[in-house]
Amino acid sequence: MIFLRGDDAAAQNNAKLLALIATLATFLTSIFLYAGFDSANTDFQFVEDRDWLLGFSYKMGVDGISVLFVLLTTFLMPLVIASCWDVKHRVKEYMIALLFLETLMLGVFCALDLVLFYLFFEAGLIPMFLIIGIWGGANRIYASFKFFLYTLLGSVLMLVAIIAMYVDSGTTDIPTLFLHEFDAIPLEVLGIQVVGGLQSLMWLAFFASFAVKMPMWPFHTWLPDAHVQAPTAGSVVLAAILLKMGGYGFLRFSLPMFPIASELLGPVVLWMSVIAIIYTSLVALVQTDMKKLIAYSSVAHMGFVTMGIFTVNQQGIDGAIFQMISHGFISGALFLCVGVIYDRMHTREISAYGGLVNRMPGYALVFMLFTMANVGLPGTSGFVGEFLTIIGVFKVNTWIAVFATSGVVLSAAYALWLYRRVVMGDLIKESLRTITDMNLRERAIFTPLVVMTILLGIYPALILDVIGPSVGLLVENYEKSISVYSHSIISFSKY
Amino acid sequence: MEVLVLFSPLVGALFCGFGWRFLGESLACWVATSLLFLSAVLSWILFLKFDGNTQNIAILRWIESGTLSTNWAIRFDRLTAIMFIVITTVSSLVHLYSFGYMEHDENFGETESYKPRFFAYLSFFTFTMLALVSANNLVQMFFGWEGVGVASYLLIGFYFKKPSANAAAIKAFVVNRVGDFGFLLGIFGLYLLVDSINLNEIFQAIPEIANTKLTFLWREWNAANLIAILLFIGAMGKSAQLFLHVWLPDAMEGPTPVSALIHAATMVTAGVFLVCRMSPLMEYAPLAKNLIVYVGAATAFFAATVGLVQNDIKRVIAYSTCSQLGYMFVAAGLGAYSVAMFHLLTHAFFKAMLFLGAGSVIHAMHHEQDMRFYGGLRKKIPYTFWAMMIGTLAITGVGIPLTHFGFAGFFSKDAIIESAYGAGSNLSFWVLIIAAGFTSFYSWRLMFMTFFGKSRSNPETYSHARESPITMLIPLGILALGATFSGIVFLAPFFGDHQKVNQFFGISGPESHATLSNSTNHVTKIEGKVHNSSNEQAHYTIDSKGSKGIDVRHGQSTLGKGGLFFRNDNHVIENAHHVPKWVKISPFISMVLGFSLAWVFYIRDPELPRRLSVQQKYIYRFLLNKWYFDELYEFVFVRGVKALGKLLWVRGDGNMIDGTINGIALGIIPLFTRLASRVQSGFIFHYAFGMIIGILVIISWFAISGGSS
Repeated sequence: MIFLRGDDAAAQNNAKLLALIATLATFLTSIFLYAGFDSANTDFQFVEDRDWLLGFSYKMGVDGISVLFVLLTTFLMPLVIASCWDVKHRVKEYMIALLFLETLMLGVFCALDLVLFYLFFEAGLIPMFLIIGIWGGANRIYASFKFFLYTLLGSVLMLVAIIAMYVDSGTTDIPTLFLHEFDAIPLEVLGIQVVGGLQSLMWLAFFASFAVKMPMWPFHTWLPDAHVQAPTAGSVVLAAILLKMGGYGFLRFSLPMFPIASELLGPVVLWMSVIAIIYTSLVALVQTDMKKLIAYSSVAHMGFVTMGIFTVNQQGIDGAIFQMISHGFISGALFLCVGVIYDRMHTREISAYGGLVNRMPGYALVFMLFTMANVGLPGTSGFVGEFLTIIGVFKVNTWIAVFATSGVVLSAAYALWLYRRVVMGDLIKESLRTITDMNLRERAIFTPLVVMTILLGIYPALILDVIGPSVGLLVENYEKSISVYSHSIISFSKY
Repeated sequence: MEVLVLFSPLVGALFCGFGWRFLGESLACWVATSLLFLSAVLSWILFLKFDGNTQNIAILRWIESGTLSTNWAIRFDRLTAIMFIVITTVSSLVHLYSFGYMEHDENFGETESYKPRFFAYLSFFTFTMLALVSANNLVQMFFGWEGVGVASYLLIGFYFKKPSANAAAIKAFVVNRVGDFGFLLGIFGLYLLVDSINLNEIFQAIPEIANTKLTFLWREWNAANLIAILLFIGAMGKSAQLFLHVWLPDAMEGPTPVSALIHAATMVTAGVFLVCRMSPLMEYAPLAKNLIVYVGAATAFFAATVGLVQNDIKRVIAYSTCSQLGYMFVAAGLGAYSVAMFHLLTHAFFKAMLFLGAGSVIHAMHHEQDMRFYGGLRKKIPYTFWAMMIGTLAITGVGIPLTHFGFAGFFSKDAIIESAYGAGSNLSFWVLIIAAGFTSFYSWRLMFMTFFGKSRSNPETYSHARESPITMLIPLGILALGATFSGIVFLAPFFGDHQKVNQFFGISGPESHATLSNSTNHVTKIEGKVHNSSNEQAHYTIDSKGSKGIDVRHGQSTLGKGGLFFRNDNHVIENAHHVPKWVKISPFISMVLGFSLAWVFYIRDPELPRRLSVQQKYIYRFLLNKWYFDELYEFVFVRGVKALGKLLWVRGDGNMIDGTINGIALGIIPLFTRLASRVQSGFIFHYAFGMIIGILVIISWFAISGGSS
């Protein structure tokens, strides 16, 4: 389908151009995918199914939840490629790594077989690891290892769970697994009574992997380091797409396959999410490095996502997915904003800037827009996701809703303070006197992002219509399983 | 036509903000201004032609998720119509005024073009403000609510080179967000209860909400009270009520036309508008209404005391605004919503004029804002003087007691004070009387210090002081008309007898209902269907079934039909008409006392204030430093939050999390060392590439070959 990529890119000098064309072509293909997608149909569509080794199959397809992630990826990649036009160091390898990464990310979102999913999910680490490790900043080795080990350790547990699932159900086909009910009878493991039994254990194993990927508090500390050391393109991909794999995983596996465990452990996730929102917002307030600040703000926004997912109601999950997509545009754009001035001044220290608006009015405008979107201003896409997730969680627990809403105040504080220190004020610093505004290429990169951010803020139906039916089905099945379970609880207590 | 009113400022803003490079500066500004005048003219036509029936005009789908469904839509009723004329009139005049005021700004160099940006922001603000007041659901209102916040942020920080302006801009936005926090929670709560956030459906469900208990945080609350209080927190932020007022005085860092438009006439009144808009809810939330009265009265008093001693001309007017907003809230909290709207309307005219007048003074005095360096300007800038004089007469409420002759404030402010007495709220009545005296004192103090006595500025500035250009004087003149006559003209519909108020706001009151109330529920149902627009029909049917137990005479079926809603036992306005004579005269006496005192202090014995400030220095300092609110907040919130952030970062992220994980890592050190040694030899890259290429080969093979089974 859309996975063919020229990995034998021969032309040294044309590598960038080729990569750009390749990603654009992928994007165009994915537009057909979106156009041909029937949102009323909640089944998987465009399914490709081939046999593979050992009885596992190469099965790919999209449903209402995944199709938008595919689109997000293909939309952003050409922009990412265009953003690293000025890279001089080992260009060809850089382009190859980015293209690999795109393939693998698309694979994650399309895979309909557990083993295939795992493969893509893990393999995605490698190009990212290389991008940080080779094209990163001064402290890149430490950051890339922290990134690699954190995420890998999480994934090992997932692999164990996948094997267990295969043993239990006899298949690795994802749609089939949706119908399979894993045991939720309490188990005793190492002398500890585990409520929810096998489901809980598997849920925890998946959780370990996805929580690191999201990243959720307190597994988030790899992210700021990775972002700071990664090159601009790496940061953009990391924030805009890679982080979404965690949220996607929760939606694809945790909720539909382990509903009872999700119900039992969901409240813990909600609290962790809300801690993430407040904690990382506070930490963001005191950062002196631009990228670190945005990285922490990403963690806070991902907190809204996990919170929305584990409310398990239509608004919460709709909001979570919306938030992921919109955060893809906004955080990607913010990292690009940092990249623009980093390319000129080669520093990310906030204190090195100030008064940029005097020389760079165009840049100031774009940065303002995305700052406001990051703050969740109504009319931008940032608002819809936050609004829906909190409305979802309000139904579940008002304490959490109140704490999450207070994140609204904090995000305004750190985002505007960053903006003030970088862009506002008089231009005093000697080094900034000759800084130039965005060039045509940079404008061209930002334009689609600006359009999407505003368009989705004003007409969110573009996303909500597509995901609505699939999410509805997910919630419906979830509630069915839970009600069956609560009946069985009663019979347990008799027994 | 409503749509045109709403969007022409937006078009103007876009034209001006992005098109000025092609159109040229002045043309772009004129485009924005003329679009606003168009908007203003249309608003007046709409206002005058409006028949009282609420209209809903859908524009575009917005957030739809499950049962949550919102549109971009306009709800046009009397309340919206009033706000439309206030906003577009003041805004278009401010646009015009800005041509003169922003002509040569010394904050910018000769080559910098700042004017199109200024006009674009102003027009953008106007658009968002109109979106706020015309929203037919709470989320759209929140869009406008935040939009005006952003516009205010941009305009306060317009002089972006001044650090103080930037600080004030952020302060305004963040403090407003604290209020929004409550507003948002109120919206969420309403959605939980009603399963909708459209105003119509919410209004219909309110009697039910009043009987519902909602678990929120640690206890159960009466749902109506809780939601009303949460929404009021939002209103407090936007309208700068006590505890959330700290941003308004600082907002004076923005250019003066901005202060007139946003921080006097329109945006800060959004909170009052919200309370009036939610009048059906407020009517069922007695606890929240009491809170509103107390907060409003406290603000009116607090801000007036601070206003007594400020020296910056704009800050005096800012505190005066804060205080007058307190008056409006008292009226709204008492249930006299139309009176609150009345004061909102008159206040918009006279306060905008005072600000524009102050701007004219500042313009003449080369951006000097300290009144201690003014004095004797009466002859120098006579038109401005007379405009300010009318504004002062209006705000202090000059008129002939017990008759219908007076300036705008005479009617609207006295109406609030009489309502306070009529509602039996003695405390708020006396507080407002005292505050009225203070108002008179600081307003006349401003006049005396600026226009009378001898000049205290350096002679050169004084001799160069000139009257402002015509573009600045025309708006002053028009607003002066408003400040003089808006009270007399609008007295009856806002504060007249029951019938007139109801008719004006499109409320089908109990009188017109009396004949129907004898008939069966069925008849009411049909009547409801006739009156309600098609999109609420379905809901109405359900509601009328459910409302069997409710006495129709109480007017529940009229919930949300008109601009406002009064419960049948709400007699505040009627009572206010029948207060004793001494109550009607007392604000006048208070005003005269304030005037006399100001005269003694600043005309007869100008040394007296200084002596007094030395004698009573603790009180003086307490007032001058605005009751030390800023210092307290700085200490508790700003520093506290930053310290907490630092603590979490260094201790939490650094020691706890990374520490723990590194600790675990130590346990499996052999694995690490092996990995590390591989890295050093570069092997891991080989592995990595090997894996990737393997995967890609497999994928490509499957994709190309189609998989052989």
